[in-house]
Amino acid sequence: MNVNYLFSLLVVVALFLFAWVGAGVWEMKYLFGVFIPYAAFITFAIGVIYRIVNWAQSPVPFRIPTTCGQAESLPWIKQNKIDNPSTLWGVIVRMLLEVLFFRSLFRNIKLEFNAGKRIAYEWEKWLWLAALAFHWSFLAVLVRHLRFFTEPVPFAIQMLEEMDSILQVGLPVIFLSGFALLAAATYLFVRRVVIPQVRYISLPADYFPLFLIMAIAATGMFMRYLTKVDIIRIKELTMGLVSLHPAIPDGVGTLFFVHLFLVCVLFAYFPFSKLMHSGGVLMSPTRNLANNNRAKRHVNPWNYPVKVHTYEEYENEFRDRMIEAGLPVDKKE
Amino acid sequence: MPNKKQIYDRDKVAIGLAIFVALISFPFWFNMGKASPAPEIKLSDKAKAAKQCIAPTAYMRAEHMAILDLWRDTVVRDAKRVYSTNDGLTFNMSLSTGENSCMGCHVTKADFCDKCHNYASVRPYCWDCHIAPKENK
Repeated sequence: MNVNYLFSLLVVVALFLFAWVGAGVWEMKYLFGVFIPYAAFITFAIGVIYRIVNWAQSPVPFRIPTTCGQAESLPWIKQNKIDNPSTLWGVIVRMLLEVLFFRSLFRNIKLEFNAGKRIAYEWEKWLWLAALAFHWSFLAVLVRHLRFFTEPVPFAIQMLEEMDSILQVGLPVIFLSGFALLAAATYLFVRRVVIPQVRYISLPADYFPLFLIMAIAATGMFMRYLTKVDIIRIKELTMGLVSLHPAIPDGVGTLFFVHLFLVCVLFAYFPFSKLMHSGGVLMSPTRNLANNNRAKRHVNPWNYPVKVHTYEEYENEFRDRMIEAGLPVDKKE
Repeated sequence: MPNKKQIYDRDKVAIGLAIFVALISFPFWFNMGKASPAPEIKLSDKAKAAKQCIAPTAYMRAEHMAILDLWRDTVVRDAKRVYSTNDGLTFNMSLSTGENSCMGCHVTKADFCDKCHNYASVRPYCWDCHIAPKENK
């Protein structure tokens, strides 16, 4: 047993029970259905903007990109334009590949001693694969949920649903992204527990979002596939939220409020946590700068005007005494 | 010392934040404050007279798709075509054949099925194979 993940697990269980009791037993449906979602959304929006603006206030006077290829050099030396970009377009391509496909994670290798006690570098792609599955399926799940927040539902969202339910298994049809999300999050958790080195550096801040997302996915799938909910009443509630006419219709199950509350916790927690890596990746100077330190002049932003005393001024001041002492001067008078 | 008040690359940061705000506020500006009330199902006279479907309304709302899925398998695999409720009523385990099937009571697809399905963005594949009953206007 490990205090870090046990603590995170207990917090998520406590949040679950709090919403269950609050919405189901104490009947505080307005609090859980209207007040907390609005508060969480505002916290999320303002918090993220605050963090980004705060980061933007840090000066980066020198280009510090991590370079992974040949820099721009003499014309006959081939430059690696993406891994060592010297132009804005190179940086944009590099950032896109990083944000969309986690290129730096793809380079992940594992150092091992093989049988002969020789160091071996092994391909380690599972983390990259799970991270990719996790983030993309989470995006699909998030975008799919817009069907509860738009009326009429845009064509693009309907198309995404069609693609997501392409297997036509069961009724209601199975959405692949939900299962991929839960499986990938579970893998990312198990990885942290099973690999000793990773467990050693894992903190509650690493486990908590994973448990929270697993709980969100589990409650959502539970509602869709097992206990079922009155989806029309739920859309009435969510549409009320986004059209700023909030109301709580009758017949919305307690599990929905638990699901919604956990989502709100995730949103409100987002700006204060490691989840801000989503905004941070765009703000990291090791990624978003072109390697053009020598090609272009970069002025240090905190340079102040330096008081200088030129030789000309010096000579003007001491000319008479210099001539008197027989020292050479540029101008005689 | 660096002046902490200054925002570097102000334009780029502003563009990024504008995109962020536009994205997260999408549901708000997409619907523009207009209310979209939940649709009201129009029941046929026959359905109104029967008062209840094969199970209580709340159960039917939540589980109708699972029932239809089970019925399909039962008919195709076991050739059992009759469903009897706890009250002793019997129904034809069929979506659209005859008076005693689903569509025998819920006669118009547009008024009964589609209203909620469209609202919840659900596109069931029932009608890929079944022929929707002719709508009487």
